[in-house]
This record gives sequence, C-alpha cells and structure tokens, in this order.
Amino acid sequence: MSSLGKLVQIETRLFLRDPMSFTIGLLLPAAVLLGLGAVPMLREPSPDMGGQRFIDYFAPSTLVMAVGVIGLTNLPAVLAAYRERGVLRRMRTTPIHPAKLLLAQLIVNIGASLASALLVIVAGKLVFDVPMPQHPWGFAIAFVLGISSVFAIGMLVAAVAPTARAASGLSTVLFMSVMFFGGVYLPRFMLPDAVARIGDYVPPGVQSLLDAWTGTAPAVIPLVVMAATAIGAGAVAARIFKWE
Amino acid sequence: MAIIEVQDLVKDYGSFRAVDGISFEVGEGEIFGILGPNGAGKTTTVECVEGLRSRDGGSVKVMGLDPERDGAELKQVLGIQLQESRLPDRIRVGEALDLYGSFYRQRADTDRLIEKLGLGGKRKTPYGKLSGGQQQRLSIALALVGNPRVAVLDELTTGLDPQARRDTWDLIEQVRNSGVTIILVTHFMDEAERLCDRIAVVDSGKIVALDTPAGLTARVSEEQRVRFRPSAEFPDSLLLDLPEVARLERSGPHVVVTGGEHLLQAVASVLARNQIVAADLRVEQVSLDDAFVALTGKSPEN
Repeated sequence: MSSLGKLVQIETRLFLRDPMSFTIGLLLPAAVLLGLGAVPMLREPSPDMGGQRFIDYFAPSTLVMAVGVIGLTNLPAVLAAYRERGVLRRMRTTPIHPAKLLLAQLIVNIGASLASALLVIVAGKLVFDVPMPQHPWGFAIAFVLGISSVFAIGMLVAAVAPTARAASGLSTVLFMSVMFFGGVYLPRFMLPDAVARIGDYVPPGVQSLLDAWTGTAPAVIPLVVMAATAIGAGAVAARIFKWE
Repeated sequence: MAIIEVQDLVKDYGSFRAVDGISFEVGEGEIFGILGPNGAGKTTTVECVEGLRSRDGGSVKVMGLDPERDGAELKQVLGIQLQESRLPDRIRVGEALDLYGSFYRQRADTDRLIEKLGLGGKRKTPYGKLSGGQQQRLSIALALVGNPRVAVLDELTTGLDPQARRDTWDLIEQVRNSGVTIILVTHFMDEAERLCDRIAVVDSGKIVALDTPAGLTARVSEEQRVRFRPSAEFPDSLLLDLPEVARLERSGPHVVVTGGEHLLQAVASVLARNQIVAADLRVEQVSLDDAFVALTGKSPEN
C-alpha cells in the first residue's frame, strides 16, 4: 500500500478509537436531530418557519454541528498535539514529508464529516420523513464549500496555535460562534434579523444549506464568501504552518 | 572509507554561533560518539548531518549525499532516533512499525525487529500503555525499520533504568555488528566509553578533542593513583625515593600514592620487601569523566 493509503488507514483507526471524536463527531449530530424529533410539537408545521416543521427547518443546523465539531475541534486539536508531541518532527526524519500526514488527517476528518452528515440526512428521512435535499446540486455545492471554509479555518487554528491547549481554547471560541450563527443553540427565527443575516455568511453557511435542502437554489454571494474563506484561510495556514 | 564527512560546519541562531567550524569523518561500521555538556552544539551538529536543519557554512556529505540537497534520498538510508519525540497514544506497536515501514523502499523484517527489541509480546499494545523503556525501544525500532546504512541516535538512554540502558547498549552493538554505521550523541561517559570507537568532545560549538576513549583519558594524564591501608607504620621517604612515585598523601589510616607508569609494581615490591601488607588496595586511573572535565571545564552530568 502507498504511504498515503497507509497513513489514511491508520489515522482512520485512531479517529475511531478515540471515544470523543467517535461519539461527538460522528454520532452526536444525528442523535440531536433524533432527540428533538422525538418531541411531538416539533413535528407540527408552524407559521414561524414558513409552514415547515421545526425538524425540517433545524436539520441543516445539525449539519453545521457535524462539520463544526470535526473541522473546528477535532482537526486542530489533533494536529496541534502532533506538533507538540513531535509526531510531525519524527515524520521529517523519514523519506515522507509530514505534509502527507496533514493530507491524511484532512481526508479522514472530511470523510468523518461526510459520514456524520449522511447519518443526519438518512436518520431524518427514515425516522421523521425529513425530505432528502430537494436541490441536490445546489446542496452539494453549498456543502462542499461550507466544509472547505470550516476546515480551512480549522487548519488556520492548527497553524497559529503553539500548543494543543491553545488550539483547543481558540477552536472552542470559533466553534461556539459557528454553532450560534448556524442556529444550533437558538433556532434562527428566534435570533434578531441582523444576527441571522450575518449567519448567512458565517461558515459553513447554514442558509445556503437550508435553501438547497428545501429546493431553492442557494444565493451566490454567501457561496462566494465560503469559497473565498476556504482559499484565504487555507493559503495563510499553508504559509505559516510550523512543523515543530 | 569515510561514510560521513563534515567539513567546517557552521550554524548560527541569530547572533549566537551554535556550531563553529566542526569537522570530522566517520568510517563505515564505526560507532562515533559526540560528547559534550548541554548546549554545546551536539544536537545542532547532528541535525545538520541529518538534513533536519540547514547549515550556514561548511559542507556535509553522508554516503556522498548532501543532506540539504538530497534530503529525501538520504532519508532512505538514514535512521534517526530523536530526543523527545512521541507517537499518538492510541497507535499500536505493530501499526507504528507497519506505518513507518511503508515510508521506505527497503524495509527491515519487522517481525524480527520487534523480537530483537523485546517488544514481541507488545505488538497490539497502544503506545500510551508502554513503559518509558518500551517507548524508547519502539523509537529505536522506528529508526531502524528502513534498513538504514547509517543511524543517528540522540540521547538514547536518557530516562531509562540501569537494566534497560544495558539492554539498549547490547542492542546498539548488535546493530553495528550488522554493518550499520552509528553516530551516538550522549552526555553519559559510561555509555560513550562502552560503545564508541571514537569520540568527539564538543564544547561551545567546537571540537575540543577527537580520539578513542582510551586516547582521550591518556591525553589528559598518564597519572595513576594507588590507595591502600598499610599494616605497619613506615616513613614517607620509603616510597618517595622511588622514581615512579611523584606524591604521597596520608588521610587517616590510608596512604595515597600518585605517580606514572608501573607505579603499582614499584610500590608493591617495596612494601613486600619491608613486610608491610597493603590492605584495601585500590588502583585509580583517570576516567573519561576526569578527561571530560579537563577538556571542557564542565561536569558531564549537567
């Protein structure tokens, strides 16, 4: 097997062996959706949400959770710990550049986000008949750009944080903001309008996901903002990332 | 034939010159020690040899390769054991060897390597559950998994208990016997004395001496000391008249005689002729520790 394949294989096992990343990253978002869906009132159509059920309206927010938990808490914490423990330094003593380990980490964490999102969509569909995303292309684009922007910010955290502790402190603040603007703490119709509008542009872009899910093409400008964030944060992270 | 050639190596950290014109050659199959107090520039020197750090002057060739220019190629044949480098806690011993083995074109027989390092029963044990000594041995195994021609081992036995240290030394001798050239960075005298064919003593970025362990001690002093408790009183002149004896000191019931070559034979025969029995007889030779202090003006253990 190639060295990258081997790295992805081992990093996947390490991800699954860590009970935190496994339960919170992979299972929690679907569990939250199922938990809320168990409340009968939240399965009634409501005028607050344009005649939708709360559960339909809230589903994209659990996707924000899936992407945020893994991209903003797991990824930077693991990479900062790898730097702090000298794992990246040890890689430098081998013929393989440590950038391959970073790439493997990205592959594993993006894979985990996708798996978590898939779990949300399938659980919503099977248990509460939450419809599948109605604008599949728009949804795919919104999701890919959203995940890219969040992961680029996660990489930036890993690049600037000198220690694993600093990384987890910084990423917790960012994670809280992403969850807040993504309508995870308070459903967005309860947020002041200005805050909700800001939320349209905060990665991963919950409104784009909601629009595409319910069948409207997502607006262009928020998507452009996500792409710009991904490229900008990714480029800065790549420039300033230190191996030791 | 020299497998490693270092010529006038210079490395600056800002205005601080950490390595100041170091030159040495290491022959194939040799165990070459780099000894020196903390902050002497030992680790920086080997990092320039390994290609982990760029140099500011001089030239370095390892098997004809320049570590800076041909880094990836060199690392195929170079095994590096780092000071203070850990692995993820949840990776298992077997997985780590399998993973790091996949980085090399030519990999060692990992089963044999695991057995040789005494980790045979630990294949499925996660790194975080290994003892310090086992973690260290795994780290050595990872340095050897690519079947290197040259191994650089930095502070190999720091933090190991005495038994684990001796086991590690045996292992290093086995590795050398299989034809691997070894650079050993250490601040332990006993380790250097036991393992190294030649030692470079480094201080303040310069090599202050480069010799065999025996050569280093001889260089400092040819002096010997004989210490004993005589069974009867005797005048100092009895021994001081001997050409081999330079000094005589008394401390309590003990006599300490200092002198040059054949000191012991000369002292013993005079005492015998005068029917004096030398109890608690000890011959003290200058140790590598003494040589180190004389060469660097510093104690080796800090």
